[in-house]
Amino acid sequence: MSDEIKPGEGAPKTAKPTADAKAKPVTKKAVKKPAIMETMPWEDPLVDALKVRFGEKISLYGTYRGQDFVEADVKAVYKIIEFLRNEETFDYLVDLTAVHWPKKEKPFEIVWILYSFDKNTRVRVKASVGSGGKAPSVTTLYNAANWAEREVYDMFGVEFENHPDLKRILMPDEWEGFPLLKEYDIIRQDEDWVRENLKIESAQ
Amino acid sequence: MSDTMLAPPPAPEATLLDSNELVINMGPQHPSTHGVLRVILKLDGETVLGAECVIGYLHRGVEKIAENRTYQQFAPYVDRMDYVAAVSNGLGYCMAVEKLLDVEIPDRARAVRVILAEINRISSHLLWLGTHALDIGAITPVFLCFREREEALKIFEKYCGARLTTHAFRIGGLQYETYDTFEKDCLTFCGLMGEKLKEYHDLLTGNRIWVNRTKGIGILNAADCKDYGVTGPVLRASGEEWDIRRAQPYCGYEKYDFDIPTAKNGDTFDRYMVRMEEIVQSCRIIRQAVEDIPAGPIKGKVGKVIKPPPGEAYVSVEAPKGELGYYVVSDGSLNPYRVRVRPPSFVNLGALDKMCRGSLVADVVAIIGTIDIVLGEVDR
Amino acid sequence: MEEFLSNPYLQSIVATLLIIALFPLIAGYMVLAERKILADLQVRLGPMRVGPYGALQPLADALKLMLKEDIIPSGADKWVFWMAPVLSTFTALSAFAVLPLSDKFYVADVNIGILFILAMSSIGALGLILGGWSSNSKYSLMGSLRAAAQMVSYEVPLSFAAVTGIMCAGTLSMQGIVQAQYERGVWGAFDNYLLMLIPTVLFIIAGTAETNRAPFDLPEAESEIVAGFHTEYSGFRFALYFLAEYAAIFVISGICVTLFFGGWLRPFPNVGFLETPLSVGLPVVLFGVIALACLRGATRQIVAGFKLGMFGLAVVALLLAALFYIPTVNPLIIGLFWFLAKVAVLVYMFIWYRGTFPRFRYDQLMDVGWKWLIPVSLAGLIINSVAQMLARS
Repeated sequence: MSDEIKPGEGAPKTAKPTADAKAKPVTKKAVKKPAIMETMPWEDPLVDALKVRFGEKISLYGTYRGQDFVEADVKAVYKIIEFLRNEETFDYLVDLTAVHWPKKEKPFEIVWILYSFDKNTRVRVKASVGSGGKAPSVTTLYNAANWAEREVYDMFGVEFENHPDLKRILMPDEWEGFPLLKEYDIIRQDEDWVRENLKIESAQ
Repeated sequence: MSDTMLAPPPAPEATLLDSNELVINMGPQHPSTHGVLRVILKLDGETVLGAECVIGYLHRGVEKIAENRTYQQFAPYVDRMDYVAAVSNGLGYCMAVEKLLDVEIPDRARAVRVILAEINRISSHLLWLGTHALDIGAITPVFLCFREREEALKIFEKYCGARLTTHAFRIGGLQYETYDTFEKDCLTFCGLMGEKLKEYHDLLTGNRIWVNRTKGIGILNAADCKDYGVTGPVLRASGEEWDIRRAQPYCGYEKYDFDIPTAKNGDTFDRYMVRMEEIVQSCRIIRQAVEDIPAGPIKGKVGKVIKPPPGEAYVSVEAPKGELGYYVVSDGSLNPYRVRVRPPSFVNLGALDKMCRGSLVADVVAIIGTIDIVLGEVDR
Repeated sequence: MEEFLSNPYLQSIVATLLIIALFPLIAGYMVLAERKILADLQVRLGPMRVGPYGALQPLADALKLMLKEDIIPSGADKWVFWMAPVLSTFTALSAFAVLPLSDKFYVADVNIGILFILAMSSIGALGLILGGWSSNSKYSLMGSLRAAAQMVSYEVPLSFAAVTGIMCAGTLSMQGIVQAQYERGVWGAFDNYLLMLIPTVLFIIAGTAETNRAPFDLPEAESEIVAGFHTEYSGFRFALYFLAEYAAIFVISGICVTLFFGGWLRPFPNVGFLETPLSVGLPVVLFGVIALACLRGATRQIVAGFKLGMFGLAVVALLLAALFYIPTVNPLIIGLFWFLAKVAVLVYMFIWYRGTFPRFRYDQLMDVGWKWLIPVSLAGLIINSVAQMLARS
């Protein structure tokens, strides 16, 4: 029992054994939980419409905690979002972001969150991109994507095809490295840049 | 699309031929860019041909920090993003993690959350009003607004000991029970706001200069708002009656009776009126919430160690500035695998160029003010 | 000695020296008054640390500005940069030469007095333009362009309003204008069946714009172009611009008082029975009340020096009250009292606008100037000339 409740890979190194002992009774349930997301199938007229239109290009129609999402092939994503926007009234791009899964074959999972004012529903479109791969830019569909895509590029280094001006947005233009990659340590920095521009040895 | 971006500024040895275009660097240290926002303006005389925002001067890597902290440890960090509406930030984050944990929050905790979030909305709007008026040259309202904001902050201070970065909520509910005169203080504050709003209206709403400076400035219609993802009062001022508190109620907002103020033109004056009316509506919500605040526990069934099962959730709340969303991914460990913040200021600021074109330099500061940005949230 | 005292230039020289020596101090206290009044409008206290109730703040500010590093931007045109604030201050102060502070105290009574002042204030605009241009900064340049356009536009209604006042008085000499109001027994503003109120109001509006004060403070609009034409100025040069601005406010208020509010005359100058209550009673009571207020303030001070200072102020106020009570001294200073009191009211109004109004936008400013003020001021001139003909025929 005590073996199983020890923190997993992602746990902080600072976690003390005493904290584990205290946590014992609470985390009992966690043992039974599976290591992957428990996804329920998503059933909706929209799903049928998507199935007819895109077939096997969408690999998963899921819902988790009442939130619907689809997983699609990155090459079809632009068409899917265009379809959702123009024919299914998903006229508001809520957010565009990415998650880095370094162990997966295609490590960058790009997430588009769309919202329809008419239907009052939100849907997530997810697609994975391999390292060095490119995702399609949806700036032609939503102006909101402009800065969001720049931020994903800034933080993960994922490039977007047909983006009008893909450059860094939050980090300095000359910065080396992409901070939100999992291998980018939290205290790591572009030392040359810091030395050159801030005239100090370390910004930490 | 490429016209949204500016050509690089002309070289220093510009000839007389291109001298009718002036590139001016507004910020990052400028009295009315509300922090370290840098706007590169391309001007013809005083007319704005284009504006490009350069942001990131306040970037602290909040999303990276999240991956290296436990769920509870990260909670205080979110207050440092939109520090004038820290309660809304905390609310959004806590709700996102609660969604992942799938826990039910007791009614009492939900009511207190609503009350504090609405007080915070008022205090955020007050700060906006003061600084916005200051940008347009009226120097008095800012002091009056701070006088009232002080009362709101006093309630926070009494409740949780902090005034600005409150960290008022915990994952699963509340940390503290309300103090003895909490209800009375909230009602007094609502009464005070009702009185003082008249003062602001007297100073600004009927003022011809104020009306001339704000009417027809920085127009953003509903279609453009959706295109740029602009939400909050800016969207509502363009006529779209959309508020997450109504569209997808959370924390029991469906129980309260309130109106969603809207306006037609989508200009700076409309946004001003919408926000002023939102203060009134927030007071209404607070009154209702205080009147039937239920008794009971203040924390749901959440353990001391928070370890959500693998999964992901996107939860958004109606922050004073617009839709504030948290996309939290869990891999089943103690730390969030990824926390993505959808900051309303950042997204709304993206429409600055669209709103500024063709207006004058003086309007740019009015427009920056009317978007209501907080650079802590834009840069994260 | 006899010969020296009877020198016709003596009075002028003494008055000039007094103005040059005292005005920086007066300007400093105008700033303090502005800060205190604004603070009062904005539910706060204003300066409270330096001296009792912040009474020594202007001296501290002046000292700070003098000691500051004098920065000249590397790309600046040094000579012009150096000269611009001097030019501004020089023109603003030279306008005092013809300002009749009272019937006894003035530098010169020139027969084209008002023209001289208008000319000087036009040249003053040059100081702002040159200062902004020579700084080699875009914000400064925009500020100076705004200043140039604004001052040119608002000089026209200002002059028309002044011309109406001159027409009403029938002379260009500043002393003569006051004298004419005395003879007609009514202040300029209320002459011609109250129609003179039109140019009076216009003069105040255009005067506010001419001195770059809120809501017309576009050349130095802080929230838009940082500090406008004096963005790059610091230390003493900045202080000179400051001095020029407050001198200009004083001068514009002074002209307004002279043209429209009876200059150094007391209210109802021809009503005999008001002589004692207004010329003796009012100043004595006023300074008496000030003395009492100072005494009350003294009891609230904790620092011994501040307490003493407040007592000192009370004594000074009492002495002034006593001066007004002495029949031989009263006629010498009562004119100055009334002039300064009226100017103070106008200056208060200037500050009041600043605390109340948002700022105009550039194009709106031009709209107001060209589409409203100039036609209305012209109409005011014509209407008043007709009214004057009817009234005096």
